[in-house]
Amino acid sequence: MAFHTMDFGAPTCARISERALAIAFEAEPSPALQERIRSLARRALEHDAVAEAVAGLGNLTLFLRSPDDAEALLARLPAWASEAAAAEASAPRTIEIPVRYGGADGPDLPAVAQRCGLAEDEVVRLHAAGEYLVFFLGFQPGFAYLGGLDARLATPRLATPRTEVPAGSVGIGGAQTGVYPRRAPGGWNLIGRTELALFDPFGSPPSLLQAGDRVRFVPV
Amino acid sequence: MSERRVTILAPGLFASVQDGGRFGARASGVGVAGALDPLALVTANRMAGNDPDAAAIECTLGGARIRIEAPMRVALAGAECDARIDGVRLPAWSCAFAEAGSVLALGAAREGTRTIVAFGGGIDVPRVLGSRSTDLAAGFGGFAGRALRAGDELPIGPSAASARAAFRLQPPEWSVHLSSSETGAVRVRALVGPESARVADARSFWEREWEIAPQSNRMGYRLAGAPLAAPRDGAMRSHAVEPGVVQLPPNGVPIVLLADAQTTGGYPRIAIVIEADRRRAAQARIGGRLRFVRTDFDEAKAARHDVEAYLRATAAAIAAQLQ
Repeated sequence: MAFHTMDFGAPTCARISERALAIAFEAEPSPALQERIRSLARRALEHDAVAEAVAGLGNLTLFLRSPDDAEALLARLPAWASEAAAAEASAPRTIEIPVRYGGADGPDLPAVAQRCGLAEDEVVRLHAAGEYLVFFLGFQPGFAYLGGLDARLATPRLATPRTEVPAGSVGIGGAQTGVYPRRAPGGWNLIGRTELALFDPFGSPPSLLQAGDRVRFVPV
Repeated sequence: MSERRVTILAPGLFASVQDGGRFGARASGVGVAGALDPLALVTANRMAGNDPDAAAIECTLGGARIRIEAPMRVALAGAECDARIDGVRLPAWSCAFAEAGSVLALGAAREGTRTIVAFGGGIDVPRVLGSRSTDLAAGFGGFAGRALRAGDELPIGPSAASARAAFRLQPPEWSVHLSSSETGAVRVRALVGPESARVADARSFWEREWEIAPQSNRMGYRLAGAPLAAPRDGAMRSHAVEPGVVQLPPNGVPIVLLADAQTTGGYPRIAIVIEADRRRAAQARIGGRLRFVRTDFDEAKAARHDVEAYLRATAAAIAAQLQ
């Protein structure tokens, strides 16, 4: 992995709230940038005063145990960013997610195919051919924002969101794809569904997917 | 000997099991949850003889009725709601010893919104990801991962506090005087948010009073009023958010995030309510008004120290009573 030798420029470091510090890069979001952020998160969490590190798109927020440490730690962030840039990238995990595409599991597959000017099986082929990277988690427990959707599959969100999307639904929303860990309202186009549990509050860690993981969808 | 538990006879408008919050899993998308008024939680727990972050019931606008099935300490803090145990008054910020079979009945909340009801031993539901708080959106933690209903039987932990002392504390003044402007608006101090500069009429945000819209819940308060100008560069990269963040969505009407907020968001952050005043914001009434007062990190620190000073003083007073 050559990601860490890449130059993303000096990040902006700021105190956001009493116990939140943020590090943000100007560079275009990319898998390489998210790798850097993950490396920075690992570096920051080595420090006892840092309770949690939450990645965003091109940025990282550190939540501190005590607000009294904020100014001292803020001063250290540029050094941590340099160390993260020099650090050896860890080998990524690849998680395979088995998906039943189309039919009742993917009621929007025909609409996505039509919108993209592709046959339904071509949509499935392209979606399953991609190697995705978990950029970060949010929206609901275990929900992974995945980078790497084939641009030909980008489809606008539904004009009227569904009031209920079944757990395990695989969807496309704009240039993003993802899996709903839990039944929820949602506006993405549903193209398939997985039986895999993405979130288990009693698991360790609770989320199957972690920032930095590679993801592949496998048609079943 | 009767089993240590309490039975919900009526939950009132909305009640859930909450403790000091769930920290450590935000990177997995798990929100913090926890009592919206941590000062009330800590105080009620101490009066009940518990650890400060033990699990308790957070009642919304009063109205709950709870049968106490075994002799135990009971403590209330937060919104005053004319509570009684078998007819004997139990004001907010006070505690008593309840006999088996007695019924705690909360009337309508007179001022404020949330009342913490703590029982000696704490609510003994399993910890999930380190916390007994209910994650209502994700459906885990607390009691069955949901709001309380009539008929729910909540296990209460063992308690070393056998004291029968009934006493009342001096309420924190910022609880009694929630309304602090002539129009009754609750003033909450807030830091300038990192994207405030993108909002053309950010000044108007600070100068106005905002009504709290009906579509508000533990995730956040939606504000009502004439919209602010849509933020410049409104589409942003997603970033972590925390309770207290005031977001400005494209419709120009701010949202104040509360304890059950998502872990990430993509709207400009116009302000961040300071930790000491988040409970004040959460105690404000739906339909009531908020006024944001611009502050800085130094003042935020002084405000935290005020809260700590109250907690130290009350901890000492409680310890003397429970001896």
